[in-house]
Amino acid sequence: MKTWLKITTVILLTYTIVAGLLFDVPRLNIVNETIRALYFHVPMWFGMVVLFCVSTVYAVQYLRNPSIQKDINSVEFANTGLMLGMLGIFTGMVWANYTWGSPWHGDPKQNGAAISLLVYLAYFVLRGSIENEEQRARLSAVYNIFAFAAMIPLIFIIPRMTSSMHPGSGGNPGFNMYDLDSKMRMVFYPAVAGWILLGIWIATLRIRVRKIDEKLIELENE
Amino acid sequence: MILTLLKKEFTLELRRKSVISGLGLYLFSTAFICYLTFSLKQNQITPLVWSALFWITILFTVINTIAKSFIGEKQGRDIYYYSIANPEMIILSKIIYNFLLTLLLTFAGFILFITLLKNPLADTGLFAALLVLGSMGFAASLTLLSGIAAKANNSHILMAVLSFPIVISILLVVIKVTKNCIDGLDRSVSTNDMLTLLAINCLVAATSYLLFPYIWRN
Repeated sequence: MKTWLKITTVILLTYTIVAGLLFDVPRLNIVNETIRALYFHVPMWFGMVVLFCVSTVYAVQYLRNPSIQKDINSVEFANTGLMLGMLGIFTGMVWANYTWGSPWHGDPKQNGAAISLLVYLAYFVLRGSIENEEQRARLSAVYNIFAFAAMIPLIFIIPRMTSSMHPGSGGNPGFNMYDLDSKMRMVFYPAVAGWILLGIWIATLRIRVRKIDEKLIELENE
Repeated sequence: MILTLLKKEFTLELRRKSVISGLGLYLFSTAFICYLTFSLKQNQITPLVWSALFWITILFTVINTIAKSFIGEKQGRDIYYYSIANPEMIILSKIIYNFLLTLLLTFAGFILFITLLKNPLADTGLFAALLVLGSMGFAASLTLLSGIAAKANNSHILMAVLSFPIVISILLVVIKVTKNCIDGLDRSVSTNDMLTLLAINCLVAATSYLLFPYIWRN
């Protein structure tokens, strides 16, 4: 990642944390101050979806033209996406605790989110149980694409069809209904960019660590 | 080509009847355990309990059924198939075959459940359509996973782990429509869900068709 992107990430996230916690937000019943979760929970979720997309794209590329590098990229983006997804679930639980009254409410969105994390955990179990490196890369790329396709109805379609209490689905308004003077957008958009960039940054670092590991093993073998 | 492969699947299945009878027995034992558990308190089986028991039984039977489609294959036989047929034909024939087998088992399971337990359904016609669509979805999604699991160590555990997250989006819709069938709601209420189920089936079948050539190559 380019240095200026890293600096932008730091600035954006600092701004998100300061502005997200201090700026004015609309006063609403029940939601009150918890509306600030919009700057943390929602962008983390976006970040997860972006990273999983990138991971799937690398999986497709791997199948078209296999190379170890693409496999490593695919795994590490999935890894980081999983981390952001977990953060997203936990921040969501904190929010739910104050607005819905309990951290786990069995809402379709929550269940869908938990299952989509299970998909990627299964992906890592699959990787763990194949010894041949080339075969592991190929099979897990196939599962990655397949899982991504099966996850789309799970987190984008089904929650919208059933009654859900989550804002933005089941007939509930999303944040743009409350945000009459567009003030929240001034923090929300930078926050989205910041969290996604942070995810990509972590993923690229992990990819580099993996590369060094591979090099070390090669050197030992010589 | 597909017809030849399908014929081969049926011939093989009929030649070793122990597998299919084993699956039938598995289904029967599970249903019978449900019956014994509730034997004296039949009235405690609320419609929702019935639906949960039914779909759990079907899910496990189906996973076991489809798992054998690649895991059971003898080593080296796939090299032979590779030389005579192209992978798209093989996955299609396996999906169609598994669909027919699953359909048979789900209907057998349904008959067992209404005879041993009770029949809470108000709209049997819609439920039959649901069973057909559900079997289609199970067959389309699990056949590819069976192919993946067959290549790894401890295939049988892996099969279950890999399939649950994928099958669950089908199961969620299926359970919702089952509830509509039990409550006897007007069919127009379920139309949307049935279409979603069909769409998920098409999505999963299409991805299986596209991806199978890659796991096949070895």
